[in-house]
Formats: sequence, C-alpha cells, structure tokens
Amino acid sequence: MTPAFRVGDRVRVDDRYEPRHHRTPAYVKGKVGEVERVCLAHGRPEILAYRNDGGPPRTVYRVRLRQCDLWPDYNGPAHDTLEIEIFEHWLRPVEARN
Amino acid sequence: MPHDTQGRIGPQDLGGLDGDSVDPSEHDLAQWERMVDAMTRLMYREKIFGDAAQLREGIEALGPDVYQRLSYFERWAASSARKCVMEGLVTQEELDERIAQIRERGRDGA
Amino acid sequence: MAHEHHGHDHPHPFQPDHPEPTSYYELLGMALNELLIEKGVYTAGDMRAMIEQLEAVSPETHGAKVVARAWVDPDFKAALLRDGAAAVSSLGLDPGYTELTALENTPRLHNVVVCTLCSCYPRSLLGRPPAWYKSASYRSRLVREPRKVLAEFGTTVPDDVEVRVHDSTAELRYVVVPMRPEGTEGWSEEDLATLVTRDSMIGVARAKATR
Repeated sequence: MTPAFRVGDRVRVDDRYEPRHHRTPAYVKGKVGEVERVCLAHGRPEILAYRNDGGPPRTVYRVRLRQCDLWPDYNGPAHDTLEIEIFEHWLRPVEARN
Repeated sequence: MPHDTQGRIGPQDLGGLDGDSVDPSEHDLAQWERMVDAMTRLMYREKIFGDAAQLREGIEALGPDVYQRLSYFERWAASSARKCVMEGLVTQEELDERIAQIRERGRDGA
Repeated sequence: MAHEHHGHDHPHPFQPDHPEPTSYYELLGMALNELLIEKGVYTAGDMRAMIEQLEAVSPETHGAKVVARAWVDPDFKAALLRDGAAAVSSLGLDPGYTELTALENTPRLHNVVVCTLCSCYPRSLLGRPPAWYKSASYRSRLVREPRKVLAEFGTTVPDDVEVRVHDSTAELRYVVVPMRPEGTEGWSEEDLATLVTRDSMIGVARAKATR
C-alpha cells in the first residue's frame, strides 16, 4: 500500500471519539505536527483488539510535535519536541502555511 | 496547573496528567509476576492473544477504579484470564474452584 | 483536581478477612497457569523455559553491547540508526518482533523514551522494564514536563540542548544511544560497555562518567 503522507508533511492528529480500543492518546488529538518518518504498516488496533484479522494493514508514522504546541504552559525551551507513532487513519493533511 | 482530563481514551491514557515525583527505586519481581509475564508470552505463542492490542484491551476493560487499584502484573493476570474465558479455554467456575484450592494449599502450609 | 491517586507496583492484601498476603488477581494468575498446563495449552517445561528466556536478557548482556559497538564503529552506528533490527541481528542478538529504532544523543539533542498508554519497552535489548518506567507518575509527567522528570533522575539538560520525548504507542520500540563519555579514547568495546547503563538507554541518564 502507498503511504498517504511523506516525511516533512504537516499533519493534524484527528480529534474524534472512538469507543473501541485505540492507540491515539488524548493529549495529541487535534494537534499539528510533522511527519518525521514513515514506519511499517500494521493492522488497525481498533479491530485487532477484538479479533485476529485486523484487515488491511495501515501505515504507521512517527509524528514530531513541538512541546509548546502540545502544552500552552510548557515550561522549557521552544525547541523541545515530542515524537509519537500515529496510524494513518488518525492523521489528516494540513495545508502548508505559505 | 490542573489538566482537563476530559477526552481520555481510557484509564490507561495518562499522558499529561499531574502526578507525584518519580520513585526511581528498583523492585525485584515476585515469582508469580515472573510467571504471569511468561504466561502472556506463551499465550501469544499459542495465538490465544493474536496481537498486543488484545492484552491491552483486556486491561483497559477493567475500568478506571480497578485499573488504578491493581499492580502491573495483576492487570496482566486479569486480562489473560478474561481472554481465556472469552475464548472458551477455561470457565470462570474452573478458575474460582482453583483459586479456592490454592488458598487451601496455602493454609495447609504447602 | 485532576491529581489522581495512582496505583503502585506492590502486591497488596485487600481482603482483610483472609490472612494470606496474596491478592485475588495474583491467585487468578496462578490458577490460570495451572489450568492452561492441565489442558495442554503449554507444558510446565514451556513455562520454565520461557521464564529463563525472559531472564536471560539484560541491559548489560544485550543493549550495552549494541551501544558500545556503535561507539567504536561508525559504520555500525550508521546501520543501527538506519535499521535497528538488522544491525542488532548482525551482532547475533534477537531484535525482537517489533520495529527497533535507535535514537542518537548528541551535544544538541537529548532523547528520552516513555510509553504513556502502557509500558512498551525494548525488551529484546533491555529485558524487563524497571518499576518506575511502568509507574503512573513517569507515564503521565514525562511528556509534559520532561526536564523536571529528568532532573528527578539527576539529569540536568541545558536549555540550548533540545529535549525530545518519544512516546512509544504502537509498533516501534526505542533504544537511546547515549553520548560516549569523554576520556574514553582507546578504550576497548568491552570496557566501554560497562559505562552503558539501562537508564542511559532509556534516556533518563547519561552514560557513566569515567573516573
């Protein structure tokens, strides 16, 4: 399968309710970052949590976010970052600002 | 600095919450904890757990109160037992009966 | 307010009418193991072998060797950063079944690893995670106030160095390659490995300084 995003793309972590098991923690939902790395593909946790066939694998990305974008009161330098693995079906494209 | 906990995806979703300072002391695992650790590995090997998501889902299903009360490998034991009951490998009655037997053995000083 | 009473990692008695210091869930685990053996899902020998296999992996015997090799061999370090699993396999070590990612600390960048949702950990290189790695306070606070948590481990990172937190949420496992301590020029790989601590490979500490 072809990954929808490339390294350097700006992406927003989808902020949606999901009643099933999933691996997108609340603190990154709705936040904007940049694709740092395109990783492997894996079945969706939302399905694999309940049965062994997770359906078509989905690409996992490492997304880099700025700490000051995650926490408005972040107590540290502006260059501090956080990286987290997010499945493709939890990412939305963000138009470049320029 | 209170943090809005609304929207947490479950009792496991701790990122960003307030907390105490980290206690860096080392803890040796008890024998039963080593056993539970190995048991989950064997359950993966035997495809009882088809994916790590299944062990995690069973832990999250404990709900916030039980999740916070249990120690780490107690959660794993609970999730493993739940999975085996759901798969029909064991019944809750068998587990209850065996727990009573183990308690008896303990009382007998075995 | 949102400050929660967090669980701790000690078994605790919770049925005051029972004298045994064993919890229901501990007994549940023991009961399940006995039943799975009796039903032939696995054998008692499988259990013993698996416990031994898990005990056999430690930061000293596995992770430290990988880091020490990376310190002395630039080609290996480049390979490790490119494809962690392949590089680890080339040393005859098991890379584990998840995608292994090595993170290099530099004079400008300090990496530190957490799993906020559970306790994902590079067990094939470091063995079992320490209790604090699984604790609610580490998992909740590292992503939000990493410098403060690092300071609690005695690690002060200057403001001109970027702190990069890695939240291990999915199919990757991370190992930090700490900076090689000064004054170790000419050291053997074996001696260098003794400076590579578990905590330095999680990122909460630096490699041991030389005397």
